[in-house]
Amino acid sequence: MKLLELLGYFNYWVFAITLVIGLYAVISKANLIKKLIGLSIFQSAVFLMYITMDKVEGGTAPIIQAGVEDQIYSNPLPQVLILTAIVVGVSTLALGLAIVVRINERYGTIEEHEILDAD
Amino acid sequence: MIFVFALFLLTLLVITAIAIVRSENLFVSVMLTSIFSLLMAANFFILDAADVALTEAAVGAGITTVIFLSALALTAEREKRRAGGQLVALGAVGILAALIIYATFDKPRLGDPEAPVHQHVAPWYLEKTPEYIDIPNVVTAILSSYRGYDTLGEVFVVFTACIGVLFILGVKPPEQPADRTAESGGLRHHLIPQVVGRLLVPFIVLFGLYTQFHGEYGPGGGFQAGAIIATGVILYALLEGEGEALRAVPRSVLLGLVVGGALLFGGVGIVCMLMGGAFLDYSVLSADPVWGQQLGIIIIEAGVGMAVCGALLSIFHAFAARQSQP
Amino acid sequence: MIDIAIDIVSWVLLTLGGACVLIGGVGALRLPNFYTRIHAASLTDTMATILIFVGMMLQAGLSLATLKLAAIMLFLLLTGPTATYALANAALLSGLKPDADTIVGKNRADARG
Repeated sequence: MKLLELLGYFNYWVFAITLVIGLYAVISKANLIKKLIGLSIFQSAVFLMYITMDKVEGGTAPIIQAGVEDQIYSNPLPQVLILTAIVVGVSTLALGLAIVVRINERYGTIEEHEILDAD
Repeated sequence: MIFVFALFLLTLLVITAIAIVRSENLFVSVMLTSIFSLLMAANFFILDAADVALTEAAVGAGITTVIFLSALALTAEREKRRAGGQLVALGAVGILAALIIYATFDKPRLGDPEAPVHQHVAPWYLEKTPEYIDIPNVVTAILSSYRGYDTLGEVFVVFTACIGVLFILGVKPPEQPADRTAESGGLRHHLIPQVVGRLLVPFIVLFGLYTQFHGEYGPGGGFQAGAIIATGVILYALLEGEGEALRAVPRSVLLGLVVGGALLFGGVGIVCMLMGGAFLDYSVLSADPVWGQQLGIIIIEAGVGMAVCGALLSIFHAFAARQSQP
Repeated sequence: MIDIAIDIVSWVLLTLGGACVLIGGVGALRLPNFYTRIHAASLTDTMATILIFVGMMLQAGLSLATLKLAAIMLFLLLTGPTATYALANAALLSGLKPDADTIVGKNRADARG
């Protein structure tokens, strides 16, 4: 495979590596806030994959420039989906952090094994 | 040439992600998450997604960091190491990474114009937007008009998150330390950030309004504008103290913004139905369908901006007003 | 002729700005102490901001983009030193004394983590 073709896949490999880094933080860290940070890394990796799909060679941002004919535009559809996803992600993050704050007040700790022991 | 820069940014992204997970100090992790979001925004811009880059920078690097820091102030600051079980987790995620990398070899290469994702609906959107809606920013056109239902759902998700956080954190903690409000006076001793901050807050709000109304012509729109204006008010709250910020923008105004934004969006849809079209079909709003579409887009973007701004500010105040347990 | 001159000048400015950032990065890693590291990072950051943005403004010529670049440069020049001040002030208020003999990494017990 030519080098340029290989590098074209680099975005997807970064997506895979970042995804599993976030997933590792979620499943193996005991601290609840660390888990939430891992979740947000996981979400960002998925956004990267979608936006990678929307690029067209020689294209530009999908803002129609008046008077320029034959301009190639990148695909606007994944961008719309990811816009929604970013805002939904921050909403769920805020809700999750609110629950963590309440857990801390109730149990005095935010480490998962100590919470499970206390129950 | 910009490809090399993109490679560099992506590698930096992976290094930052590893540093976030390995660091034991949660404060450091949160700061690195903000850098991660900024790198992600730069990557999005290189991949021609200007709107998404703006949203990720405003929401990810700005609001998320503030919410994390407020939650950290109320909980612990260091993480305790957990014994055991890490090799199994590493093995499992390693296998998952290998599977995903194997699967990505089937994907079309970066930038291929013949890829299936560029075939069906996207060229139709790019072609028909000048004809039906006639605004330059196609992403805003799709977001507000062609996929208006998704955006309506999103506004309601933000609204629900705001209500949820207010429910969870609105309950008073069991012990209320007496007279803490005198201490939470903001950055009273720090003159320089206060002066510079007071100078910048009007410009931040002005830029937020510019983003809101310029969203049809360039990157921008309701979400980014709401996040930027919320950031301006949060800066004011950090500098002057939360009480001052609540006097400047009281809670009733915030709730009114959230509810008003969601109602505005839904109301436009119902008005469209009452005037003879389908739900959220803006062409019936005026005699000229193109102008009707533009009118509808302006109104619902305003609704989205109001809802997002009010929700983010309510969430921030809910976290900041919660005194930590002594 | 004037185009080539503007190009050369902007190239020189951009390269100098990049070199400034690199020096700042090396300084932030190699200097021994917290306060010296802030010194390295912030000074070179501000210098590099001015150099890079003036280089870009020369490339953009006389247009709206130049005004926007000037506004962004002004914003960065205002907030960069303020952030450095806030950082140093926070460190001082939380007890880290500017002591020229402290070397982070060798005296871990003295310096706060």
